[in-house]
Amino acid sequence: MTTKPTPRVIPDRLTSPLSRALRSWEALLFAVAVAVFIANSFASPYFLNAWNLSDATFNFTEKAMIAFAMALLIIAGEIDLSVASIIALASTVMGLVMTAGFGTPEIVLAGLATGLACGALNGFFVARLGLPSIVVTIGTMSLFRGISYIVLGDQAFTGYPKDFAYFGQGYVWWVFSFELVLFAVLAIGFYILLHRTNFGRAVYAIGNNPTAALFSGIRVERVRFILFLLTGLMSGIAAVCLTSRLGSTRPSIATGMELEVVTMVVLGGVSILGGSGSIPGVVLAAIIMGLVTFGFGLLNVPGIVMSIFLGLLLIGTIALPRLAKGLRRG
Amino acid sequence: MTVAQSPAPQPVLRLSGISKSFPGVRALSDVQLELHAGEVTALIGENGAGKSTIVKVLTGIYQPDAGVIEVAGQATTFPTADAAARAGVTAIHQETVLFDELTVAENIFLGHAPRTRFGLIDWAAMEAQSRELLARIGATLNPRAVLRDLGIASKHLVAIARALSIDARVVIMDEPTAALSHKEIHELYDLVERLKAEGKAILFISHKFDEIFQIADRYTVFRDGQFIGAGRMADVTEGQLVQMMVGRSVDQIFPARTRNIGAPVLTVSGYSHPTEFADIGFTLHKGEILGFYGLVGAGRSEVMQSLFGITAPSKGACRIGERVIAIRSTAQAIDEGIVYVPEDRGKQGAVKGLPIFQNITLPSLGRMNTSGFLNMAREFKLARDYTQRLDLRAASLDQDVGLLSGGNQQKVVIAKWLATKPRVIILDEPTKGIDIGSKAAVHEFMAELAAEGLAVIMVSSEIPEILGMSDRVIVMREGRIAAELTGPDMTPERLVRAAAGIPEAA
Repeated sequence: MTTKPTPRVIPDRLTSPLSRALRSWEALLFAVAVAVFIANSFASPYFLNAWNLSDATFNFTEKAMIAFAMALLIIAGEIDLSVASIIALASTVMGLVMTAGFGTPEIVLAGLATGLACGALNGFFVARLGLPSIVVTIGTMSLFRGISYIVLGDQAFTGYPKDFAYFGQGYVWWVFSFELVLFAVLAIGFYILLHRTNFGRAVYAIGNNPTAALFSGIRVERVRFILFLLTGLMSGIAAVCLTSRLGSTRPSIATGMELEVVTMVVLGGVSILGGSGSIPGVVLAAIIMGLVTFGFGLLNVPGIVMSIFLGLLLIGTIALPRLAKGLRRG
Repeated sequence: MTVAQSPAPQPVLRLSGISKSFPGVRALSDVQLELHAGEVTALIGENGAGKSTIVKVLTGIYQPDAGVIEVAGQATTFPTADAAARAGVTAIHQETVLFDELTVAENIFLGHAPRTRFGLIDWAAMEAQSRELLARIGATLNPRAVLRDLGIASKHLVAIARALSIDARVVIMDEPTAALSHKEIHELYDLVERLKAEGKAILFISHKFDEIFQIADRYTVFRDGQFIGAGRMADVTEGQLVQMMVGRSVDQIFPARTRNIGAPVLTVSGYSHPTEFADIGFTLHKGEILGFYGLVGAGRSEVMQSLFGITAPSKGACRIGERVIAIRSTAQAIDEGIVYVPEDRGKQGAVKGLPIFQNITLPSLGRMNTSGFLNMAREFKLARDYTQRLDLRAASLDQDVGLLSGGNQQKVVIAKWLATKPRVIILDEPTKGIDIGSKAAVHEFMAELAAEGLAVIMVSSEIPEILGMSDRVIVMREGRIAAELTGPDMTPERLVRAAAGIPEAA
């Protein structure tokens, strides 16, 4: 046998985590968030006020809750376009439970359970039967909201109990609303789940190469199913918050929100092709979108301009890295 | 050539001073390469020597950072894959890049199909011309056959027909024989001769020296991204080439082993699958290397993947020691200590996009936890231990596995499995497409594992490897066990006969 060469020492990392963080997408988002914040404070004298800022957070908290779960789903190479319709259905079921005379705990449970059930249905079709998630969830998008329309027609559920209003209108302490606190808690929870647990690592592995993940002993089917369940549950939670904040349920509730959620996720640096992204990115994207919406509101910019701006922001976000690469190549 | 000083004919293609860097890796530095009409040039080098990179430069996929490409004496650039194709450079890749859902004729003429005068595809002409091209290379394929239904050898033929259809001047063959059976390889050699006769310049990349000496006219050697030497095959010996390639002399003999075969670890009986294999039974012992030989498509990989929980068998039993187990998922197989190093590294082995250390810890994540959270320090430690043991070459453990060469990716996959401390390791074509240096390292390593008491199954289509490494060989043919050979019965003739179904000579 030939003599063994001395083992090579391979360094763990070439770039320190700090220098990597400074050059990351998240750092850029942070700079943008600061810029938007400063621009807003110059644009309107009403901006720099604790209560106004607190109000601004309602622009993103509900969407962001769903965006956290959606981020995991997109990193794993799937997508759920039915989330806004899940809100509609969950809100409708909550209205039915309320009409049947139940109190707040039952209403909330009904909302969460509906979210889970919808997620389970999506998960069954995608994880179990292996159907493409984009097709499945476009289907269930129509299905869930369709049920809502059948139940409600042009009617609305109103008259939710007084204590139910807490979830969308209550404050935990000073200017910190229940929704804002829940957003923070979920952000930390999802950060840990994605970046600090086996489950999160499996999500990345599946997003990068599902076959090799399966060949490495990852239970791919189960992980995918859980991700849809989680997205359904988050949509259920968002439904509770939104219904509580509006105080009523109409079948058109949260229409179009799925695209804002996907926008938030992609703006947050999650690759739409799967495999990469982070929770801090999504948190920053949520804050930026909230601040921009609020700033435009203060300046009385019409809603349609706002959606044009968000559209440009989304395309710009995806195009920017490509363009930068193209320029560097000359 | 008798007059060495006579000016060499102008090469069809000449690369000079080519350099190419990637973040953290200098893949090519100042290399040169010449290809001549009607001659086969073998490109030789270990994994990571820069062979794949130069192929990508030649086919317009990568842009070199520096250097000149000359086609027939004219300096040019290949800014796109299309530009390279139009200059007459075409490649037949390791994993042939064709379209599975299209027909043979469509694959041959994709992008330059004959048109009718209305500008639509002229199907009749396309089919007729396909037939003609296929006949020219002696292939009897139906132009209407869908590619998905063909074997790898046939796909190569389609790729070659495609090369002829665009009237390529330069044909790059990147490990064309890696997945071929003995007979198919000889057919390929005939084909190469035909292409030579037609005046094509051929770049032939292979790790098999017998092959290179059989068909190449010239050689070029790369090492660690640098040009080491070039010349005529007639002027060089195998030893000299190896020396140039590795920069040191390599012991080409298989490692000597002290055989210490213990109790049965894995017993399989009556394993069957509706279409892939039937009635497979064998016993694997502690410390044993059991070889599985057979032609491509004999069902070896399918049996192994079934033992690894990818596909469920329709019938049959499996025991670990004395315990009967029914393996239904890969996670369960890993829990039982059965791990599988797949043949298709790119698709099934490495998770490209994830860093090296995360690839290694992927099946061991359960042990990387402290109170429920991933402990990255522990992950790095595990990765460090096993990459060192396998002598991995990488810039850092945080590097994307996709940036490593094939041989080093293989080391990461093996490290990933060893880190799970398995009882049985199944290696499916473990040295396919990797260079001599890495090959010897893998062989030595397998011997070490067996000596440590691991039970090893090695699926291989290379006769020297099977005979050199195995304690016992099972030969499969058409989904069944055709023979089990031990000791003096383990001869190349017996293997080939059993695999091909030729009765023993009287």
